Amino acid sequence: MAAVHGDAHGHGHDDHHPSGIMRWVTTTNHKDIGTMYLWFSFAMFLVGGTLAMGIRAELYQPGIQILEPELFNQFTTLHGLIMVFGAIMPAFVGFANWQVPMMIGAPDMAFARMNNWSFWLLPVAATLLVGSFFVPGGAAAGGWTFYPPLSTQGGLGVDLMIFSVHILGASSIMGSINIITTILNMRAPGMTMMKMPLFVWTWLITAYLLVLVMPVLAGVVTMLLTDRHFGTSFFNAAGGGDPVMFQHIFWFFGHPEVYIMILPSFGIVSEVIPTFSRKPLFGYSSMVYATASIAILSCVVWAHHMFTAGMPTVGQLFFMYATMLIAVPTGVKVFNWTATMWRGSMTFETPMLFAIGFIFLFVIGGFSGVICAIVPIDIQVQDTYYVIAHFHYVLVSGSLFALFAGAYYWIPKWTGRMYNETLGKWHFWLSMFFFNLTFFVQHFLGLAGMPRRIPDYNLQFADFNMISSLGAFGFGLTQLLFLYIMINCIRSGEKAPQMPWDGATTLEWTHLPTPAPYHSFENPPIVK
Amino acid sequence: MRDFGKGNVAIVNNDVVLTNRILADDLRNWLKRISVQVCNVLVAPEICKISNHVGGNMRSKLVATLAGVFTLALYSSMAVGSKYNFPEPQSIIARETYDMHIWIMWICLAIFVGVFGVMFYSILKHRKSVGYKAANFHHSTTVEIIWTVIPCIILVVMAVPATKTVIAMKDTSSSDMTIKATGYQWMWGYDYLQGEGEGISFFSKLSTPRAQIENKAPKGENYLLEVDNRVVVPVGKKVRVIITANDVLHAWWVPALGVKQDAIPGFIRDTWFTADKAGIYRGQCAELCGKDHGYMPIVVEVMEAGEYTKWVAAQLSASAIKTSMHIENK
Repeated sequence: MAAVHGDAHGHGHDDHHPSGIMRWVTTTNHKDIGTMYLWFSFAMFLVGGTLAMGIRAELYQPGIQILEPELFNQFTTLHGLIMVFGAIMPAFVGFANWQVPMMIGAPDMAFARMNNWSFWLLPVAATLLVGSFFVPGGAAAGGWTFYPPLSTQGGLGVDLMIFSVHILGASSIMGSINIITTILNMRAPGMTMMKMPLFVWTWLITAYLLVLVMPVLAGVVTMLLTDRHFGTSFFNAAGGGDPVMFQHIFWFFGHPEVYIMILPSFGIVSEVIPTFSRKPLFGYSSMVYATASIAILSCVVWAHHMFTAGMPTVGQLFFMYATMLIAVPTGVKVFNWTATMWRGSMTFETPMLFAIGFIFLFVIGGFSGVICAIVPIDIQVQDTYYVIAHFHYVLVSGSLFALFAGAYYWIPKWTGRMYNETLGKWHFWLSMFFFNLTFFVQHFLGLAGMPRRIPDYNLQFADFNMISSLGAFGFGLTQLLFLYIMINCIRSGEKAPQMPWDGATTLEWTHLPTPAPYHSFENPPIVK
Repeated sequence: MRDFGKGNVAIVNNDVVLTNRILADDLRNWLKRISVQVCNVLVAPEICKISNHVGGNMRSKLVATLAGVFTLALYSSMAVGSKYNFPEPQSIIARETYDMHIWIMWICLAIFVGVFGVMFYSILKHRKSVGYKAANFHHSTTVEIIWTVIPCIILVVMAVPATKTVIAMKDTSSSDMTIKATGYQWMWGYDYLQGEGEGISFFSKLSTPRAQIENKAPKGENYLLEVDNRVVVPVGKKVRVIITANDVLHAWWVPALGVKQDAIPGFIRDTWFTADKAGIYRGQCAELCGKDHGYMPIVVEVMEAGEYTKWVAAQLSASAIKTSMHIENK
């Protein structure tokens, strides 16, 4: 507790800060910025979710009812882009902002002003992206992967999307450089690398991945832009270019991107499971090595997204083997979590439920991942609903469930108030039920031959699509419950005890009061 | 003529409900039979053992959990030969893919039961509410090496048959005939380049009436999977398909024949199939290609050799008439 300033002293600092809206516009405080990141990503989650509801409403029955095919394509495209770049990624940066300084005993992020800038770029990018629905020709409609030549055909919406991706990329790069610098330079005395909490480790590795691949994305969208407007032919065969080259460059970014969205979830789950098992994390160092191996492997598997694009036999075999290999470090993680739970003294508060739900469903997504790695099978399921099911199992019940686990876990530390445990459990069980209702049947749709990104389908797919749509509506409504729980907690939750979770061992729980003061760790704690 | 593109469930408007009901009944009986067996053999002794420790309250939860796990397991194993799986394979590659998928599903199922068996046992027994005190171990190099090596071995076992199939599916040499498929926004063009039927050329467009799509007329059995001109090939002959596109990316996909290949404007890719049986096999464009991506199906009709020869003759004479008319008009 010595690390924290006394109350009178603390207030002295705050007096210089602007209040009202200007507090948020000018803030350089990692907690304020973290809060803004989290609210922003939740708002984007609702926008992307609304688009998903539109998609599932159209697919509720065969025939065209609500969305004309062109608008349907815009919905699927923007749903993907908004969820990936607007919801999941900023949410993890929000967690990093709140948690990394507190978990390593630092007073704030290394570059506090840049931190403000990297957040405030986001609303600009989001405005471009969402606003593109209202320009002539509508939003981009070439899928979130915007493969040319189709994306060369689109209208102004595609250009807005390209600029939006540029801005989001700049924001991500600044955010990750900030995180890397903070972690490498601002750890409390005694906190060696191999003593860092796993959440910090996974974010360090994720940040390196971001710095590696976001410039590649920026490059590829710039090439697309010059192809569209300045007469270049990077991706146009008639001018000596190659549409497949776009896919190679895109997925060189895109596959590490997948791990950018899952590694911090591994970090959150690795904090939650030991806390509620009241037992140290099993195999800490192998967890770190597994995370690093996943990150390295993730850079050499990109072409498994392109098995049907055509590639030499050795190419297909190499990318198949490399992809299958990822199952090994991922398996190690799952075994370690299980071993952490084994002979623990477990309780099942909402964060733990979401963490267990995460492991359970993420493993299913992992299995379908191995199945997708096998080239002959992948060629059959590529671009079908099987792939949709697979990546929603790893992104929704993976990343999103881990985000929920983290939010319930740390909200008492952030606000000093407890959430409603009963409602939290309802949120978990309803999410679990509706998620599986939505996505489990999509495996069968894909196997039976339903392509993705189609607004209408043969009657043989009708019953599973209806089930899936009903599940999706339920899942969407359930997330409003999460909003209610959080607002209720912030406004009128019961006062949280100093240590709401008796198994927690990281610095923010052991060395800071609840709620965490506006400025924490101005004098670093000594870690033994 | 049998129609394999649609799986085994015949769906003609009124029959939908009936078919589903029959399926559901089958399923229920089957589930009942298997779950009774599974319970007798596997679950019962385990329940007795555990319920001695944790008391009757725990018992119902355990049963519920195990039932859940087994339902999921059965749900996946049930997949064989129904609409929960790939369509019935009609070529050697499709057959190998189908078998490989089933076989890997079983491996996954075994791992699933193993991992979550341990985890749920732990969740039931190692909980604070039953007074379990936490142990304090946090690593074991031996165990960690074991559970790194075993997955590697399993992966090698999976990779061997997959490698064989990949090599086989890439081998487009010594084909009996060659057809070029060209993707357009939004239809397919076919040119018979070599082998019996050389010179035949036509477009293939969706033939489902607009009224069905707009819900103004009842939808037919092959809704969105029917075309004006089918690609016709002979049974048992190795057909090489050369694939390209005219505008944007498309993908030529016929699930029952185990073929999917992107069509790339300005480039040529190839793939092959040998159909085992005569029949009609249906597929769809599998790469987003704009507004009508959902409306450019692929229909392959496989004919016996004799019928195919007749079809070729008819096509060629029709096109000869067309050509001569063209010349006369000039």
